[in-house]
Amino acid sequence: MKTCLIVDDSSVIRKVARRILEGLEFEILEAEDGEQALDACRRQLPEAILLDWNMPKMDGYEFLRSLRRLPGGDAPRVVFCTTENDVAQIARALHAGANEYIMKPFDKDIVEAKFQEVGLI
Amino acid sequence: MTPQDFDYLRKLLRDRSGLVLSAEKQYLAESRLLPVARRHGLGTLADLVAKLKTPVPALANEVVEAMTTNETFFFRDKIPFDHVRDTIMPALIAARAREKRIRIWCTAASTGQEPYSLSMVLTNFRAQLSGYRVDILATDLSGEVLERAKTGIYSQFEVQRGLPIQLLVKYFNKVGESWQIAQDMRDMVQFRPLNLLNDFSPLGMFDLVFCRNVLIYFDQPTKTAVLNRLVRQMPDDGYLVLGAAETVVGLTDAFKPIHDKRGLYEPNRDARASFAIADIGSRFAAKR
Ligand SMILES: C[S@@+](CC[C@H](N)C(=O)[O-])C[C@H]1O[C@@H](n2cnc3c(N)ncnc32)[C@H](O)[C@@H]1O
Repeated sequence: MKTCLIVDDSSVIRKVARRILEGLEFEILEAEDGEQALDACRRQLPEAILLDWNMPKMDGYEFLRSLRRLPGGDAPRVVFCTTENDVAQIARALHAGANEYIMKPFDKDIVEAKFQEVGLI
Repeated sequence: MTPQDFDYLRKLLRDRSGLVLSAEKQYLAESRLLPVARRHGLGTLADLVAKLKTPVPALANEVVEAMTTNETFFFRDKIPFDHVRDTIMPALIAARAREKRIRIWCTAASTGQEPYSLSMVLTNFRAQLSGYRVDILATDLSGEVLERAKTGIYSQFEVQRGLPIQLLVKYFNKVGESWQIAQDMRDMVQFRPLNLLNDFSPLGMFDLVFCRNVLIYFDQPTKTAVLNRLVRQMPDDGYLVLGAAETVVGLTDAFKPIHDKRGLYEPNRDARASFAIADIGSRFAAKR
């Protein structure tokens, strides 16, 4: 079973995402911000990360840049999941090493399509 | 709705679009056609059927369009588009080196995601295609979906189903809350209404035909007839792509599956030769 780390400061979003991803056979870890997420990744790198952009402490963009510098940190497939939906923002995320990008609001079809796109399912 | 009215609607749909509505789909007809009736100031489906019988061809078209399923998305099923990139385009570019012309036809294009997916795939071949003329013709029974397709505007939901994010960034512009595919992608596709039950021989020959997720709505004889007419619009080295749930097997030997390439078919030369002989035979018979 693959592991997915869900990083979002909203417990509601984490719950919705958890339900969808458990349905897609992922084991779920959760983090409320970039710092917590980075700690989790230092302990154990997940196969997948669903990542919010705007969060207190460390935002998704900063987290991603730090993650990619960790040993083995280029392995996890990172899918942004955010309300940011400008072309420039998306391009910035891709440049920082995001593999896919979901614009909120999302549903199961979108998550499934995007996870398929990056070879997670 | 009385059984007679439902039968009338089923026959109308079948005659005009090939759509076969099974008896248990009455609820579907009711939910989709009541809004049409209301738009015309008619209270019930019985009133709608009565009006259709007068007859009103424009209203009949509206009824048919309301009953079609237009669901589609970018790079649907993915594999066919990999075939286009890895197998079909390289082969066609080589085979058409003299004519320098390649014609592609999406026979049930709906809101345009399929032909635009093809135009995005074709951009991978810009260098090899320089000096070539490539046409993508996109047709559909429904004029309404084609009007949407022409605008190239899609909702945030639609661009997130099947379209890799890199392609969204590369080929789309944000227009308000929606996304519009770039002008040069739109320029590659020509949209035109066309009913597959009608004669399409004036469209000419096509090297690649996408006929996906439309035959599934037809009965067997209609599927066979459409496939047998499609093969006449294709050269021997052309390619036919069907939907994931569709096949030619058991319907016609005009096409044969391409080994190891799911969903991909080619005109069957042997069958074509025997068709031609049968044709000559029948002409002789007619003369005598
Ligand atoms: C489910 S969509 C398929 C769209 C696309 N080819 C795909 O696979 O995603 C089916 C389309 O077939 C069209 N259609 C139904 N009957 C047709 C007919 N007799 N001739 C041409 N198009 C037809 C409908 O209007 C609808 O847009």
